[in-house]
Amino acid sequence: MTTNTKNPPIDRIDGRMKVTGGAQYFADFELPNTAYCVIVGSEIAKGTIAGLDTKKAQGAPGVLGVFTHQNMPPIPGWDAPVGGEADGPPPRPKGEQYRILSSPKIHFDGQPIAIVVADSFERATYAASLVKATYTKQTARTDLRKHVSDGVAPRGEDGGNYSRGQADGYKTAPVTLEANYTVPIEVHNPMELHGILAHWTGASTLMIYAKTQGVNATQQAMAEAFKIDPKNIHVHTEFMGGGFGMGLRTWPQETAVVAIARKIGRPLKLVVNRSQMFTLVGHRPYTVQTINMGADQTGKLIGIAHAATAETASYEDFTEATVNMTKFLYACPNVSTRYRIVRLDRSVPIWMRGPGEATGAFALESAMDEMAHKLNLDPIEFRLRNYTETDPERNRPYSSKYLKEAYQRGAEAIGWNNRKLQPGSTREGDWLVGYGMSTGTFNAFRWEASARALLKADGSLTIQSAVTDIGPGTGTALTMIAHNVLGVPMNRIKVEYGDTSLPKAPTQGGSAIVSAVGSAVFDACTSVKNELIELALKAGGPLAGRQANELTMADGTLSVEREPGKKVAVSDLMQANKLTVIDKTKDSKGGPEHAKYSMYSFSVHFVQVRVNPLTGVVRVSKAVSVADSGRIVSPKTAASQMIGGVAGGIGMALTEEAVIDHRFGRFVNNNLGDYHVAVYADVPAIETIMIDKPDPIINPMGAKGMGEIALIGFAAAVANAVFNATGQRVRDLPITPDKLLRAV
Amino acid sequence: MNPFQFTRVTTPKAAISAITKERGTYFLAGGTNLIDLMKREVIIPERLVDINKLPLATIEKTATGLRIGATAKNSTVADNELVKKHFPLLSQALNAGASAQLRNMATVGGNMMQRTRCPYFYDTSMPCNKRSPVQAGVDKGQANGPSGCGAIGGHNRMHAIFGASGKCIAVHPSDMCIALVALDATVNVSGPKGDRTIPFIDFHRLPGDLPQKDNTLQPGELIMWVDLPTNRFADNSHYLKVRDRASYAFALVSVGVGLDIKRNTIQDVRLAMGGVAHKPWRLTAAEEFLKGKPATEANFKQAAALAMQGAKGYGENDFKLTLAPNTIVNALKTATKTA
Ligand SMILES: Cc1cc2nc3c(=O)[nH]c(=O)nc-3n(C[C@H](O)[C@H](O)[C@H](O)COP(=O)(O)OP(=O)(O)OC[C@H]3O[C@@H](n4cnc5c(N)ncnc54)[C@H](O)[C@@H]3O)c2cc1C
Repeated sequence: MTTNTKNPPIDRIDGRMKVTGGAQYFADFELPNTAYCVIVGSEIAKGTIAGLDTKKAQGAPGVLGVFTHQNMPPIPGWDAPVGGEADGPPPRPKGEQYRILSSPKIHFDGQPIAIVVADSFERATYAASLVKATYTKQTARTDLRKHVSDGVAPRGEDGGNYSRGQADGYKTAPVTLEANYTVPIEVHNPMELHGILAHWTGASTLMIYAKTQGVNATQQAMAEAFKIDPKNIHVHTEFMGGGFGMGLRTWPQETAVVAIARKIGRPLKLVVNRSQMFTLVGHRPYTVQTINMGADQTGKLIGIAHAATAETASYEDFTEATVNMTKFLYACPNVSTRYRIVRLDRSVPIWMRGPGEATGAFALESAMDEMAHKLNLDPIEFRLRNYTETDPERNRPYSSKYLKEAYQRGAEAIGWNNRKLQPGSTREGDWLVGYGMSTGTFNAFRWEASARALLKADGSLTIQSAVTDIGPGTGTALTMIAHNVLGVPMNRIKVEYGDTSLPKAPTQGGSAIVSAVGSAVFDACTSVKNELIELALKAGGPLAGRQANELTMADGTLSVEREPGKKVAVSDLMQANKLTVIDKTKDSKGGPEHAKYSMYSFSVHFVQVRVNPLTGVVRVSKAVSVADSGRIVSPKTAASQMIGGVAGGIGMALTEEAVIDHRFGRFVNNNLGDYHVAVYADVPAIETIMIDKPDPIINPMGAKGMGEIALIGFAAAVANAVFNATGQRVRDLPITPDKLLRAV
Repeated sequence: MNPFQFTRVTTPKAAISAITKERGTYFLAGGTNLIDLMKREVIIPERLVDINKLPLATIEKTATGLRIGATAKNSTVADNELVKKHFPLLSQALNAGASAQLRNMATVGGNMMQRTRCPYFYDTSMPCNKRSPVQAGVDKGQANGPSGCGAIGGHNRMHAIFGASGKCIAVHPSDMCIALVALDATVNVSGPKGDRTIPFIDFHRLPGDLPQKDNTLQPGELIMWVDLPTNRFADNSHYLKVRDRASYAFALVSVGVGLDIKRNTIQDVRLAMGGVAHKPWRLTAAEEFLKGKPATEANFKQAAALAMQGAKGYGENDFKLTLAPNTIVNALKTATKTA
């Protein structure tokens, strides 16, 4: 494989299977004798269960058991209380869950208070409705805005504390800006509901079908919870109907289902309902941010201070990298950041696509636009005046950075020269038109991963890795990488994934899978290729006397580049050596040179909006998103990734907000009718542009990540465009009509 | 969801006798609202009477206009050639509602009878007088969760600015009904005491002290059809719905307008507003003002100001006090092509 050539766009290898119903998602699996369970959630956000009446439920048809804190089977790995109380409030170490159904204490609205098991889903649902609880209520703190001053540094972390130069150096600048930004609770809301199917195949052997972004992670979590050897736990998640981060950990209810399945001695399936998706599987945390910025008249940044305060649960600290990009995105001598959490009576958040960086980028990139306006500068020009070729946070080079080119190509594609510097000056009929842009960036990771390549004498190739495909087209990208190394035609390559019986892989997340698992596939295929070359070159071999670097491999044939006709078919070579298969497994990780570089992907988002000043309605009428993601391994699925991220970005910018009535600590829009994800009519044609230049450092494909940068920054681009259209600055997402009308 | 009995009827008579016979019996039409309410345990029927097989799905010309059967699907009505030609406002309003899938199931009768989308009504752990009336009387025995009004002092961004009461500030969520009230429709119902005709404007009611009652349909009555009188508004009709996303969201405010214009003078006009009251809100004062006047933005603004008299916000929905008149003006401009 050479990173110098662009890859052709190929169709998603599992596309046909998915649209014809052939792909099996966790809930599609049916096992004989399966029982079904339904979770009953708390109706209060804080307090204690005073009474729990389960009699009626127990007597309902088909019911096999009603499990509460009074009779929950023990979870062996949870027997030793970790600090504090068994079920939870601080201090608990990061990543430790509250212990489900272990005490009558309520820590958040929707907290499971009973799990009802029956012989059918419908009967379990009915019986669950018969469980009645009474509570001793306490006042719940659920409103972050009221408790910002309670913010503390997360346990065991520096709280994002960072500074270079003078922490408040911005104050000395001739032009300054202070602004507060809010990102509300957002919920991943993938189409597929969360759940698990657990089956004890023996006293200590377990089969699990789950909705997880990492089968190995689920395997490990269950091994710890049940104190059994991970080898005896088989987890299968080949496909996921959208994850966006909610499957990045094992949730307590999954562990509970496994425990109950063991107790009742039957396979047990849980599929939560839509409103439970708002409380049991995490969310993007409500976050308030303040940016202070100072610049001189020439448009040079003097200082930035970025402070973020986010909600977490009372029982666990969740943190994310909300303030990180401020440290390195622009050349600026004085930078300080701070990150605080407030422990509320809420369920714990989890990363949601773009995670903290998307939240942080909304603040930073809105502020950059506000400052550009103050300086009377074009926002791209302002960014270019503060462009940096080296990472100012760590004082080292970027492994690759083509952000300048991204600005330029995106500007051309959107027609940036139609943008007027003066807000509110373009009108089309009843509508005001505006343009906005923003930058996004996210770490380019290369985690450890392993993969196996099996080349058969018939010329077919099988690639294996435990990685789950949460939707980006992982299998397709891996096919392309294997094809590039071994020259096996794409229709002869089979990728097997999403199962712990396959070589270990990291959890699908962090935009890291093409880099991590792709590298392992590259290495495994390279190892196969090396063996073939060795066979061809050895004394008496068909290409004896040539050098390895003279050989090319394509279409199942090894040939000598400068000797036309001098070649050998791989199948002949293997048969001659009595080989039916060449089977290589490789563990793969980045080398020590990685430490010398800062590795990031970059994106630039451009939008054109139309705003109706009479109704406050905002329509994104055009979107162009440019990715500097290194070499693009699979252009078609990469473009789809980008389009999906932008659609999510439109939701974040204009419609998505999970609303709590703080008097009750409960959501008032916990369904897909009232929680507004962007629908097709909200999403215009999206143009995606790939810089598609290889990163020379990160991995052999030269590929950086794509999933997060597709969304990071997009909401700011919309807010900036709305400002350009109307002169109104909305700093609290989402930008709904009422906010623009109120501002009039 | 509770276990329930299910029967299917093929004649209106059978439907009426079935619902009159036993308490807790509900008609099931498209099911797009009723089933959701059952899942949330807001309504817990003992028995469902499926009325989809009643011969009431037709759309036909009559001597005075058009007759639309109660079980005609929303999508069928929206796509009907007669409707599109003579009552485009109705077609537009229907297409502005819900999603294609829902419109394929939803019926005219069910759409009229759909309950409010107030979140406090849907969550049985939160206070709601509509779900759990405090008064003895009409709906005795219906208490389901705490009484009170969660929306007053709570999240009321979607709520009423006209005609609300201290007991309830919910809005009627239908788009179709805004067109029907503007177009002077009448509703034909049949019940144990016989048939009657109700002017559309009197079909829904304000909450007052009985927020549990959305409308004036009597126990056991079945909606048979809706009649639309012929009009001259087809050339100058517009349904403008302002919502949080471009499709598949309820109205923040919507305006239905139909005008009869000759030489730029408004001969006659119908105006109604959605998302602002417990019933489809007809803007008669604005209509009266506009009659005989030229179609100018200045006049539209004055009409909108008249329409807003008596409006009252409850906090989060205060923006509707600005949005509603703006939407009226916008809709009038579009309908008169003066935009
Ligand atoms: C997610 C979502 C979004 C929606 N968005 C919109 C929107 O934007 N705008 C909008 O206008 N609507 C919207 N709707 C509501 C939709 O229009 C209604 O659910 C639908 O019109 C109800 O019709 P149905 O036939 O399904 O009624 P059903 O659910 O079957 O019945 C509703 C009620 O009407 C009664 N009923 C039905 N027919 C008769 C009859 N002939 N006589 C007497 N009583 C009868 C039933 O007993 C029941 O109580 C939305 C619904 C959903 C679920």
